[in-house]
Amino acid sequence: MKNYSDSPSSTEELTIESGRSERHYWRDLWRYRELFYFLAWRDLLIRYKQTVVGVTWSLIRPFLTMIVLTVVFGRLGKMSSGGVPYPVMVFCGMLPWMFFSTALSESGNSLVNNSSLISKVYFPRIIVPASSVITSFADFLISAAFLALLMIWYHFPPSMNILFLPLFTLLGFGASLGTGIWIAALMVKYRDFRFIVPFVVQFGLYISPVGFLSTVVPDRWLLIYSLNPMVGVIDGFRWSLLGGQNAIYWPGLAISVLSTLLLLITGIKYFRRTEKMFADII
Amino acid sequence: MSDIAIGIENLSKRYLIGAQETRGDGLRHAIEAAMRNPIRWLREMKREGAKSHEEFWALKDVSFEIKQGDVIGIIGRNGAGKSTLLKIISRITEPTSGRIRIKGRVASLLEVGTGFHPELTGRENIFLNGAILGMSRAEIKNKFDEIVAFAEIEKFLDTPVKRYSSGMYVRLAFAVAAHLEPEVLIVDEVLAVGDAEFQKKCLGKMQDVSKGQGRTVLFVSHNMNAVESLCQRIVHLGNGKVIAVSSDLRGTIGAYLSSSAVSHSVEWINPGDVLLNPWFQPVRFYLGDEQGNPEKMQVRNDHPVYVWIEGEVEREDIALTVGYALYDGVGTLLYWSVQTDAPENMWPRLTPGRNVLKSQVPSRVLNEGKYRLELIIALYFREWISSPGSNAPVIELSIQGGLSDSPYWTEKRPGLLAPVCGWTLGKN
Repeated sequence: MKNYSDSPSSTEELTIESGRSERHYWRDLWRYRELFYFLAWRDLLIRYKQTVVGVTWSLIRPFLTMIVLTVVFGRLGKMSSGGVPYPVMVFCGMLPWMFFSTALSESGNSLVNNSSLISKVYFPRIIVPASSVITSFADFLISAAFLALLMIWYHFPPSMNILFLPLFTLLGFGASLGTGIWIAALMVKYRDFRFIVPFVVQFGLYISPVGFLSTVVPDRWLLIYSLNPMVGVIDGFRWSLLGGQNAIYWPGLAISVLSTLLLLITGIKYFRRTEKMFADII
Repeated sequence: MSDIAIGIENLSKRYLIGAQETRGDGLRHAIEAAMRNPIRWLREMKREGAKSHEEFWALKDVSFEIKQGDVIGIIGRNGAGKSTLLKIISRITEPTSGRIRIKGRVASLLEVGTGFHPELTGRENIFLNGAILGMSRAEIKNKFDEIVAFAEIEKFLDTPVKRYSSGMYVRLAFAVAAHLEPEVLIVDEVLAVGDAEFQKKCLGKMQDVSKGQGRTVLFVSHNMNAVESLCQRIVHLGNGKVIAVSSDLRGTIGAYLSSSAVSHSVEWINPGDVLLNPWFQPVRFYLGDEQGNPEKMQVRNDHPVYVWIEGEVEREDIALTVGYALYDGVGTLLYWSVQTDAPENMWPRLTPGRNVLKSQVPSRVLNEGKYRLELIIALYFREWISSPGSNAPVIELSIQGGLSDSPYWTEKRPGLLAPVCGWTLGKN
């Protein structure tokens, strides 16, 4: 007899059989929802234990990257910034990109790093990469605060489109989660991905509109270029924060949204299919 | 049927060994295989694992039932499949075939301190560990004080766990798990860590959980005393199969111990190079009759049996003690006996050269059953030469029959001992 309350009562029966774990999955996920928070909390706590500078480390990295990109692309490359102070333009693109790249690296490695948990305790495994994405999101929020300060410094008020910012954030979250889940599952069986991921992240930085604007991409490449889900996210961020000349290429955005959904859905499917074997091969 | 907590039907788990080796370059392997023969690779992707790997059945057709409130001990040699069985019940890994029906929430303690992070404090780890084991934040908050009291770490709550002694660490880990309130609690050999006091505390808590709260407990251990004192039924696994499921605890444990122990005989002869020392070099250790002829394996309880110990003495030493330790079939130590137990003027004097000591095993004191004798040689208060439980040679004795001359006492009665004591009428 099933009952829908939060924790199982003594009359609830569970059957364990090969291939049968799917039925309880979403209910279990809800029951273990607090674990999302706890694992993210643990990762954040650990990061800042015994450090003096502590939280400010999450500010230093974007700050330095911003300086490097401004010098390389802005001064030396003389890329246009559409009438916006270059550092602000760069930071607007970097904010979602840093979120995506840290989320990807952390969630990709998350299962392997937590191998002792995976082999000793039961909980829906998808919580592990998901909580890594949440940890990166915490960093994202700190950097967003920094961006706000930056915009104040340059006396550059955000456009009205800022109302749409949460939607683009959600899109970024989805892209990070989808790719992260894929890599996490693949990493368990094929440790090669440990080397592939940093390369993809490096490469991705150059093909995403972080140091440049999407307007510089020639028309014939636009559609393929938009397959990169972060294109939609970053352009969307710029549009909502900076407005003005940062128009969105709407078909490109649609493609980015679709590729994000595709990543998420296929990622979750693949993860659940291979999840049963994690404890055996990790 | 309705009070079955866990029902296991034909459970089997197969591992593919050899598959692990290619894990590292798995991707390269996979790509190479795909390039070479794309169709075969696609077909193989659907099946789990290529046929070239060897199969290992960790569990094969395991079936048994556990009623609510039972405490079940699972024993078996290393590699028998005990941990695999627990992992499947805990949903950490999936069975290859067969099924398990479980009623109620399951909490597993397969390892002490799962999820503990050394950098976090005791307080933080309690929350983390509790959440990982399935408790909600509210639940942990409620039980927090109890957990801290059980673990006895009040003063160290805010110190990072990496500074804890191993005893504190283990107490804390068990304390959190002990306060879960599952219907079914699964404990895997965690009592192997920790000192005697801790083990007593854990056993006490588990007893509390089962008798006091009516929860079902599944307990894997190599500590036969713990299994005997806690469990009502034992499952003996061997090579992935169920060898026995029974409530005859001593019998099942005895069968397990004798099946796993190296079989000994009534006689031990030094192969020539063990226990070399100048004070008493043992040559022969055996059970014999009064004249020194080796006994048969099985003797009657009223038949006088002597322990014979032959050895070479090179150097005399007043501290030399020689004798034996007697263990019953379950491994309980019954007694030690050495040649210096008598008053000093009655000690047998050992001289340089070949010495032979003999001592009668008390007749009609031990009960029917199998016994193990381990040789003791030591220098009193100075050092061990042959230490029981570690390097001592072992011989076996089996007592059957001859318990008493009474018509009312002809078969084995309960108890470790079966002395025939004298009874007379006392004064009124």
